[in-house]
Amino acid sequence: MVNKAPLLEIKNLRVHYKVYGGVLKVLDGVNLTVYPGEKVGLVGETGCGKTTTMKTALAILPVPPGVVVGGEILYKGRNLLAMSPRQLSNVRGREMTMIFQDPMAALNPVFNVEQQFTPVLKHAAKNHLSNKEIHAQAVLALQDVALADPERLLQAYPIQLSGGMRQRVCIGMALATRPQLLIADEPGTALDVTIQAQVLRLLNNLVDRLNTSIILITHSLGVVYETVDRLYVMYAGNIVEVAPTRKLFSNPLHPYSQGLMDAVPKLSGGGISQGISGRIPDYSHPPAGCRFHTRCSHVMEICRHQKPPEFEVEEGHKVACYLYGPKNQEAAV
Amino acid sequence: MSVIFLAKRLVHSVFVLLGLSIVIFLIARIVPGDPVRLAVGARAPQWVVDNMREHMHLNEPLHIQYGYWLRDALQGDFGISLVTRRGVAKDIREFLPATFELALYSLFISVTGALSFGIISARYKDRWADNVIRIFSYLGVVTPSFVFAIIFLLIFAFVLDWLPAIGRLSNGLTLPPRVTGMVTIDALLIGDFNVFWDAFKHIIMPALSLAMGSMAQEARITRASMADNLTKDYIASARALGVSESLVMRRFLLKPSLIPTVSILGLDFAAGMGNAFLVELIFNWPGLSRYGMNAMLSKDLNAISAVILTFGVVFVVVNICVDIVVGQLDPRIRLSTAKGD
Repeated sequence: MVNKAPLLEIKNLRVHYKVYGGVLKVLDGVNLTVYPGEKVGLVGETGCGKTTTMKTALAILPVPPGVVVGGEILYKGRNLLAMSPRQLSNVRGREMTMIFQDPMAALNPVFNVEQQFTPVLKHAAKNHLSNKEIHAQAVLALQDVALADPERLLQAYPIQLSGGMRQRVCIGMALATRPQLLIADEPGTALDVTIQAQVLRLLNNLVDRLNTSIILITHSLGVVYETVDRLYVMYAGNIVEVAPTRKLFSNPLHPYSQGLMDAVPKLSGGGISQGISGRIPDYSHPPAGCRFHTRCSHVMEICRHQKPPEFEVEEGHKVACYLYGPKNQEAAV
Repeated sequence: MSVIFLAKRLVHSVFVLLGLSIVIFLIARIVPGDPVRLAVGARAPQWVVDNMREHMHLNEPLHIQYGYWLRDALQGDFGISLVTRRGVAKDIREFLPATFELALYSLFISVTGALSFGIISARYKDRWADNVIRIFSYLGVVTPSFVFAIIFLLIFAFVLDWLPAIGRLSNGLTLPPRVTGMVTIDALLIGDFNVFWDAFKHIIMPALSLAMGSMAQEARITRASMADNLTKDYIASARALGVSESLVMRRFLLKPSLIPTVSILGLDFAAGMGNAFLVELIFNWPGLSRYGMNAMLSKDLNAISAVILTFGVVFVVVNICVDIVVGQLDPRIRLSTAKGD
């Protein structure tokens, strides 16, 4: 995996939101890499910038208020941020697609399913297909997501579908074009737990079958443990730790990751953990140095002034925390 | 959009109109002044008055009077107008088309204007084009239509002399044979473009004055709903799936955004007809609003009741039409009512 060229490479991405009365410095240098065929998870609490990162990667970040201040997003080595709309449209929808969190909101309420499928498939096929072929592809896409009676479903409006069906339709649309990379933004979070599990299993099987790379954004650690190869932990606009999933679960290094893992209720008992005290910082005045230092129980002097770089502790396991810096290796233990 | 839905709306409407008729009838009986005296004149002898009271069933209890009144009204008989001395129903048939024509043109102007300005405004949100449109739409909303009427008169009729100032048709031209009662349409029906063009020039200013307020209002609503829908996930989703920006705007954004505009349109159209009286006065437009206004000034109760009831019917019919259009635009409404709601 390591010797393959990365499919998507986000380098030092910095995104701000200009809002009334100030600037929200949301993304503060995000680094994230996805290799072909790989499944990557991105976890972090609500508001940490997961969705902003992914919307920027697809160039669907609303600008204004969003502003990309710095960084690069390389898709197969080409910088998406520097692409013309025309070049971008060759990537978006054809090679890279996205599933949104809330299937109730992600489907247009005033068009039926087929009316929403058609332009997506047409664009992916570069308008080379006849209407009949497009229709056949849409039927196929709905069969992919295990929806019965696709012909009837194509004529249905979102209001006529249940939440689970809508999410399946969204997944079907996002994979109908056979993209190489799928960004799934908390799929199923808006659904009830059993449906959510079904939908995720379906999604997982489907990307396995199609060999699609996926970035799975979630705040459910249970979900990522079962599905993804590598896991990124995000805090307040920074990637604080990345490691192969099992390793991150067995040996979380960053105090924030440790807190996250600790917050998962365990069957073995021990009561409900305290989690991490405090909240995500105010993005208009983020803390200097490490953005986590205000909530960190291991805070050191340097954390208050200087942003920690990434330290590679083991191959593939990186953490942005001075506890693991060369100078502090001893002090940490 | 089922038959059930339409039938339901019709039944609702009948009750609305019945309610309206009761209110009108009561008001007409409550206002001070003796309708009989008004009808026969101040110098008529008492026996004439007494006979007239008997004839108009004014000695009966109120609900009986209402029964007589409703029976006549349903047969299209609203009595005699005190002012024109003709059957009120005949007057209405004569004056309604002029107002309706005015309202149609005004509707067309306000819809095309509102949509263009609203879309431009939303497309260039917070840029100069949007700011200019917003300033003008504020002005449009707060300025009464008669002020626009006077301004337009001054500019286009007196200063520039591009458009005729008053009336429906220039002197020397004859009205086309009456089919719809709307001069421009009747002229087109017989293929008389000369008359059409003249009538068209006459209707532009009053229609525009009447359209300004609702155009401004609807442009603001269109802008707001487009700007709101632009932040919706389904727009981001369409973009993320590769749908081209122009298609996202023309299809996936425009259609859901039109729903509030169309919903308010019906109200604006009907209100525009009712509020047209000042514009009709200024442009000497022989319409129903002006007729109703005169009826009120001269306490012509038969005419007042008939005019209000007519506007009530127009209001109800227009709103049924709007419901149908909104149902076509929005499956949520169409499908929920089809289920029997």
